[in-house]
Amino acid sequence: MSGYVNRTVSPERQLAPLMAGRHIELLVIGGSAGGVDALVGLLPTLPAGFRPAVACILHVPADRESRLAALFDARAALPVVEAQDKQPIQPGTIYFAGPGYHLSIEDDRSFSLSCEAPVHFARPAIDILMESAADVYGEALAGILLTGANYDGADGMCRIRERGGLTIVQDPDEAQSSTMPLEAIRRCAPHLVLPLAGIRTVLPLLETP
Amino acid sequence: MIKPPSDFDIELRMLVEAVYLKYNYDFRDYTGASQKRRVLVAMREMECNTVSELQSKVLHEPNGFAQLLQYLTIPVTEMFRDPEYFRAIREQVAPLLQTYPSLKIWVAGCSTGEEVYSLAILLKEEGLLERSIIYATDINPKSLEAARRGVFQLDRMRLFTENYQKSGGKAAFSDYYTAAYGGALFDRDLIENVTFADHSLATDSVFSETHFVSCRNVLIYFNRTLQDRVFGLFHESLCHRGFLGLGSKESIDFSSYAERFEPLARRERLFRKAMS
Repeated sequence: MSGYVNRTVSPERQLAPLMAGRHIELLVIGGSAGGVDALVGLLPTLPAGFRPAVACILHVPADRESRLAALFDARAALPVVEAQDKQPIQPGTIYFAGPGYHLSIEDDRSFSLSCEAPVHFARPAIDILMESAADVYGEALAGILLTGANYDGADGMCRIRERGGLTIVQDPDEAQSSTMPLEAIRRCAPHLVLPLAGIRTVLPLLETP
Repeated sequence: MIKPPSDFDIELRMLVEAVYLKYNYDFRDYTGASQKRRVLVAMREMECNTVSELQSKVLHEPNGFAQLLQYLTIPVTEMFRDPEYFRAIREQVAPLLQTYPSLKIWVAGCSTGEEVYSLAILLKEEGLLERSIIYATDINPKSLEAARRGVFQLDRMRLFTENYQKSGGKAAFSDYYTAAYGGALFDRDLIENVTFADHSLATDSVFSETHFVSCRNVLIYFNRTLQDRVFGLFHESLCHRGFLGLGSKESIDFSSYAERFEPLARRERLFRKAMS
């Protein structure tokens, strides 16, 4: 019934040709409404020893101290921390964007924070993290866009594609909120559209042995 | 793996260099990603297809640089932003400031002045304003002009009032302003001892013997080299055991000055010059 997911080929087989010659060093995962639940289904499946770094961004209210890093640190095999300004990106670490500031990635592969105007009413904005990551990591980047109720993330996913990175979008038919995945599918023809279960399957395979 | 810079990156570096050579505004050590976005906005708004076109406008047109400067700086601020910061100043810094007969306070990167008025209100309520001289500095003359005027949008008063109350404010916030000029005009008394000045943390030197330096959400736009320079300036400017306040996500930990300041309230980003 879904018009977006290829159900005749398994997620692993769909991924395999896309990984040829590719060495992923950073995953950027973005989500909004329903994103916490989706990530709960994803991040704990990453095995200890997974080498790429992972940067996650969920829209959270600016006035609240974010507890996302602590929440996931208790569940994931990899260390989970809130990304700090000027912090060098380490492999095998999961970073979360804190509330109230945009998070970017610099040429020297460190994080930076900024207070520019919100993008699509969001600060941190997925677009800003993904665009800056795409400029720095190019083909070594994978972008994953999950459930969400606004248009943030579509520009970012397009930039990742333009720079040769890998793009994966959650199946809008199962997403708690389909707006965000739909916009990305419409705008930038992602490499893979998968249900969460499929993303869970391919996630550990994004590391090249 | 080092990849060659893109045309955009090359042109951006040339623009920043041109601005420095001609106008002595030094953006060379600003962090890249956010500067890049702001230049893209400037290009769109100033109708330039390339950074080189923008550079030409900035060099040859009378208003070009003044226009660009508005995009390169980020005037995002509010009164009593991060109320817990102001509460910590009130509770942990003000009692120590009481021991000095006169005070010098430096608000570095004061933008449109919201923080200057906030601090002035706090100092007034703690009985310190009359003995204080406040230097409020920024590189953007337009922002300084707005700061001097002290008129803020009326529709922001609700947020500011809420922040003020959370910060431990002792009066009614509305006592400090009157509706005028289509906005909220803040009491002139508050800035009687404030000197607004054009000052660059990248190129200028310091105000001497200050007791408290507040510099918030400025350092995040600087790379580590420039951050180090600025921490050095603050260290030099502050008197023995002086106080330093930073933005809620700014840290001294990654700088070479980490050992020369000690945390007073770590979460609120208040530090004190260490014993030397």
